[in-house]
Amino acid sequence: MARYIGQRIIYMIITLFLIATISFVLMKLLPGSPLANANKLTEEQQEVIYEKYGLNDPIPVQYANYLGGLVQGDLGISFKYDNRSVSDILGDRIGPSAQLGIQALIIGTVLGILLGLVSAIYHNGITDYLSTIIAVLGTSIPSFVFAGLLQFFVAVKWGILPVATWNGFEYSILPTIALAIFPMATCARFMRTEMIEVLNEDYITTAKAKGLAGSAIIFKHGIRNALIPLITILGPLAVGLLTGTLVIEQIFSVPGIGEQFVTSVNTNDFPIIMGTTMFFAVVFIVMILIIDILYGLIDPRIRLSGKD
Amino acid sequence: MKKDNILEVDNLKVSFKTHSGEVQAVRGVSFDLKKGETLAIVGESGSGKSVTTKALMGLLPKPHGYIKEGSIMFDDKDITKLKDKNMQSIRGKELAMIFQDPMTSLNPTMKVGKQIMEGLLKHQKLGKEEAKKKAIELMNLVQIPNPEARMKQYPHQFSGGMRQRVVIAMALACNPRILIADEPTTALDVTIQAQILELMKDIQKKVETSIIFITHDLGVVANVADRVAVMYAGKIVEIGTVDEVFYNPKHPYTWGLLGSMPTLESDEEELFAIPGTPPDLIAPPKGDAFAARNKFALEIDFVEEPPMFKVSDTHYAATWLLHEDAPKIEPPESVKKRIESMDHSEEAKR
Ligand SMILES: Nc1ncnc2c1ncn2[C@@H]1O[C@H](COP(=O)(O)OP(=O)(O)O)[C@@H](O)[C@H]1O
Ligand SMILES: [Mg+2]
Repeated sequence: MARYIGQRIIYMIITLFLIATISFVLMKLLPGSPLANANKLTEEQQEVIYEKYGLNDPIPVQYANYLGGLVQGDLGISFKYDNRSVSDILGDRIGPSAQLGIQALIIGTVLGILLGLVSAIYHNGITDYLSTIIAVLGTSIPSFVFAGLLQFFVAVKWGILPVATWNGFEYSILPTIALAIFPMATCARFMRTEMIEVLNEDYITTAKAKGLAGSAIIFKHGIRNALIPLITILGPLAVGLLTGTLVIEQIFSVPGIGEQFVTSVNTNDFPIIMGTTMFFAVVFIVMILIIDILYGLIDPRIRLSGKD
Repeated sequence: MKKDNILEVDNLKVSFKTHSGEVQAVRGVSFDLKKGETLAIVGESGSGKSVTTKALMGLLPKPHGYIKEGSIMFDDKDITKLKDKNMQSIRGKELAMIFQDPMTSLNPTMKVGKQIMEGLLKHQKLGKEEAKKKAIELMNLVQIPNPEARMKQYPHQFSGGMRQRVVIAMALACNPRILIADEPTTALDVTIQAQILELMKDIQKKVETSIIFITHDLGVVANVADRVAVMYAGKIVEIGTVDEVFYNPKHPYTWGLLGSMPTLESDEEELFAIPGTPPDLIAPPKGDAFAARNKFALEIDFVEEPPMFKVSDTHYAATWLLHEDAPKIEPPESVKKRIESMDHSEEAKR
């Protein structure tokens, strides 16, 4: 297992290096100046600023400096916020994003799994149809539509929760819900299919033949086997959440990484764009590693082959 | 119920609701099982053997599979009338089952020991430690080497034969009064089949239990069973002791099964194969369901269903050939020869 994880970490580093290189090249290809009012500045003033951020160095040198910085955990300095390092800015903003992401992931998967299970157990009953409708709506309607609806009804019309900004837990509720709907619906559909399949397996008949009660069969023999394949979609779901935060944070004015990212794209703040990209890449890759390890823990067949 | 009977099945009919109509999988099966005996049920695939056993265990897939008629008496109770809750306390305790495919009948994510212990914990109210001890005993009984270590392993670490031993251990856990084995060797390699059969016979001697042994392979039957029921298209067409059915078969379908049985001394002469395919169970034919495939069929076979004719106190067959007015027809030569050769090989064994 240790060797396996070691190997995985080497691959992760290679992947990150590639992502860093590609995002660097893409940034250099982008049109536009990082200076907000470039036309109002004299040549000389621009020159001073370019010099300060090392933009006059030949591109290979810039690249080397960038990579050198990355290795030391230095993501560079923002163009926009004078003298503030990218790490600093991301550090300030990680809190709300992490809170939203984790809340949405937990609520989405837990509710989705429950919904899917109920659907499968009461297969073809009213509960099944209702939760199938919820699941279809949830996967087909984009999250910003839900966000808008939630803001309009829950916040503006009924005044139950705040519309936007970030000032405590109650401010996180609506964006969390908007963000959680897609993973919830996806998990529900997936779980329903898996559970129905599992409940038709021979070993479920074996369990019945032992005289186990229906609930024991579902909990001891059903759920674990149905959950294993669900782990494979957790990766894509988590990515969906990362990109989802870009939109949702913007809509709810949440001072998170996603909102910062969108702002920085609008202002050509390259260091922040690259830094955020790297940050997202790390989060994603670590998540995949965790999911793979989780897979091994929950499925004995994989655990064994990991040892070999 | 009769005194030495442990199970009495009377006129059992099982159907499935499907999109194309009602599949009449079992169409009036009656038999009884005596204490300590082994009854084999044989028949081509699709003849309703598994459905019969599922009905006995209360394992028909609800709601589209259902018992349409008939009764299953066990312990002076008609268990077709029991609520699922009450059936649960019988399943795995009084009636236990061994399944066909050991590769799929064990839960892949639960340790083997735990799967064996489950029934013990549920029915015998044993503590964890006692159940563990009992599980190890059971694994010894089914000859799984090194049970203490094997307990903690998962099914994928077992071979097919070893898995079937686990399934057998699970079935025997609570000393069931009736053990139903649905083609327990069909999915296994030939050499492993022999080992599992050997084990079953061994267990038959050690454990006092009645056995219903399902197979499509008549070759297996002579070895393990006391009595044989031959099933065709959802009905029992012949039933009797092993000797009666093997050496004095009356139903042309039984002749066909005997004649198409491959033997070790595979002779050049053609096997007496049964032509055609089993009938459609959504719209079963009028008269004798076997008539269309039966070269000895009489006119009445296409009109009216034959009743069970008595051959001896223990031997019955549902064929008009046994009617007093029917022409005297002997089994085909090839089948007769087969019967004789079996006779010799049996003698050779003894
Ligand atoms: N779940 C089901 N739904 C519909 N038809 C079924 C079902 N299970 C079995 N049958 C039908 O019942 C008949 C008997 O099947 P089965 O008892 O499995 O035969 P076998 O003698 O090979 O064990 C077959 O025609 C089969 O198609
Ligand atoms: Mg079968």
